[in-house]
Amino acid sequence: MTKLSGTDVLKLARLARLELSEDEVEKFRTELSDILGYVEQLQGVDTKGLEPTYQVTGLTNIMRPDEIVAYGPSQKELLKNVPAVEANQIKVKRVLG
Amino acid sequence: MSVWPSIVEIARQVQSGRLKAAELVDRSLEAIANKNDYKAIIATTEERARKRAKEIDECVRKGQKVGKLAGVPFIAKDNFLVFGADTTAASNILRGFDAPYQATVIARLEAEGAICVAKANLDAFGHGASTENSDFMVTKNPHDKTRVAGGSSGGSAAAVVLDMAPFALGTDTGGSTRQPASFAGCVGYKPTYGLISRSGVIAMASSTDTIGTLARSVEDASLVIDVMAGIDSLDSVTIDKDAAGYDTAKTDYKLKGNRIGLIKEYMTDDVDKGVRKVIGVAVTKLKKAGAEIKEISLPSLPLSLATYYIVVPAEISSNLSRYDGQRYGYSYKDAKDLEASYNKSRATGFGYEAKRRIMIGTYVLSSGYYDAYYKQAQIVRTKLINEFNNAFKEVDFLAGPVTPTTAFKVGENTKDPLKMYLADVMTVAASLVGIPAISIPAGTIQGLPVGLQLMAPQRQDRVLLGLARASEDLFA
Repeated sequence: MTKLSGTDVLKLARLARLELSEDEVEKFRTELSDILGYVEQLQGVDTKGLEPTYQVTGLTNIMRPDEIVAYGPSQKELLKNVPAVEANQIKVKRVLG
Repeated sequence: MSVWPSIVEIARQVQSGRLKAAELVDRSLEAIANKNDYKAIIATTEERARKRAKEIDECVRKGQKVGKLAGVPFIAKDNFLVFGADTTAASNILRGFDAPYQATVIARLEAEGAICVAKANLDAFGHGASTENSDFMVTKNPHDKTRVAGGSSGGSAAAVVLDMAPFALGTDTGGSTRQPASFAGCVGYKPTYGLISRSGVIAMASSTDTIGTLARSVEDASLVIDVMAGIDSLDSVTIDKDAAGYDTAKTDYKLKGNRIGLIKEYMTDDVDKGVRKVIGVAVTKLKKAGAEIKEISLPSLPLSLATYYIVVPAEISSNLSRYDGQRYGYSYKDAKDLEASYNKSRATGFGYEAKRRIMIGTYVLSSGYYDAYYKQAQIVRTKLINEFNNAFKEVDFLAGPVTPTTAFKVGENTKDPLKMYLADVMTVAASLVGIPAISIPAGTIQGLPVGLQLMAPQRQDRVLLGLARASEDLFA
């Protein structure tokens, strides 16, 4: 059964872009181990000859003409929830060092 | 007795001018204010609702067409983008989010004259079975305030039972409409995957997310579903609407000749004895009314919860990655660089359950574990689908309980996440398989409601609603 270490939890948190408190690291270490222990029951299931299902109604690629479709909200409306805007653009911290 | 007539009757009276949409909105807002202590509602859309009611009444006065839901107030779970109030998904990270557009279903309901009056509480982002994971408050059960109303659409279910509006919208990713309907005592419908557009509804797990309807009767629910269903170019998984529609007032329904399979794996000792008894009595009534009942076994059903708790957190971790503090939602102000801005915005904005699911999802999708967890779960999903397909060769419908117990006490399951996840044990299979399922009130145990779950093959929503319509009268 999977037992996660504190280091494992911190590695996952880094991948998920989540800063965790020490208390959260400790709680997740036991809780995630328990939950993973529960879901591991699938690993012994006989699935010979079966393929995974990712889409349940059998739809495949849904295509549409490559044209510009007029779609509701204006640029102004779409920007109204943005934390930092400059010159009608979303302002973020420097991406490249 | 409910203060609301049937939806058809309300619309008819508004169309004829005998009843004013403005009065209906008043009635709804009054009920919301009077029953505020149940904590079903996060915010009202009062100003916009009154304005729309006035417009509808004005159209009636001028003799213009006002639609088949004219003046009917409704409540949307707060993960639907709606004008007139913030859309928060009951999460701190979306506190103050002002929707720039409305969900397709809201637009479709409004086009037929329905009026959204309020936003209902939920487990933040839909993660839970009791609304105890709401970042704001816990919704109380209308029958016992010390108990939960279920979840994640607990606010919507409580609102309907408390007569705040004739119907409410929920979402159902693993039981989030059916389970609160069973706990609170109303009808809760989960359609075939893709039947109702999810555009403008905050995503949880995209391969099982569906739009749920909560109402006081199957007929009311079916009319609302009929208005919402069908292809939407903004949700590419949507499927065609049945040409005959879904409104049970317009379809023939009967029990005689229908073959219903009682699911063996849902009637074991793990399910409360009282719940099994109510379901047993309900099924006997169906049989007396002419349905053919047989026991059906789907041997892989006990694996469905584990499958669900791999697939769904995986999709959640992916869908919640958009909350990065840059484009909308909470943003941590004093971060030293971009990475810190992501980490701190998400750490502060997300509640504990969202974090837990992001962490599980990240684990099962990570390099080295993907095949053992995520891919294996999707293969077991195929096994489940095959068993359901085989069962539907022998019977037309499947039946069983919705939940293993009646509504539990507030706080009873919050310490142990696995115990809370078990509340979903009999609803997740229909979600993984993509079939329609409904919860209808079947009886009570010490005053607490128990729902009967009925399921049908994919795209058989019309006949499932018909069967439920024929069944509910037997339990009234």
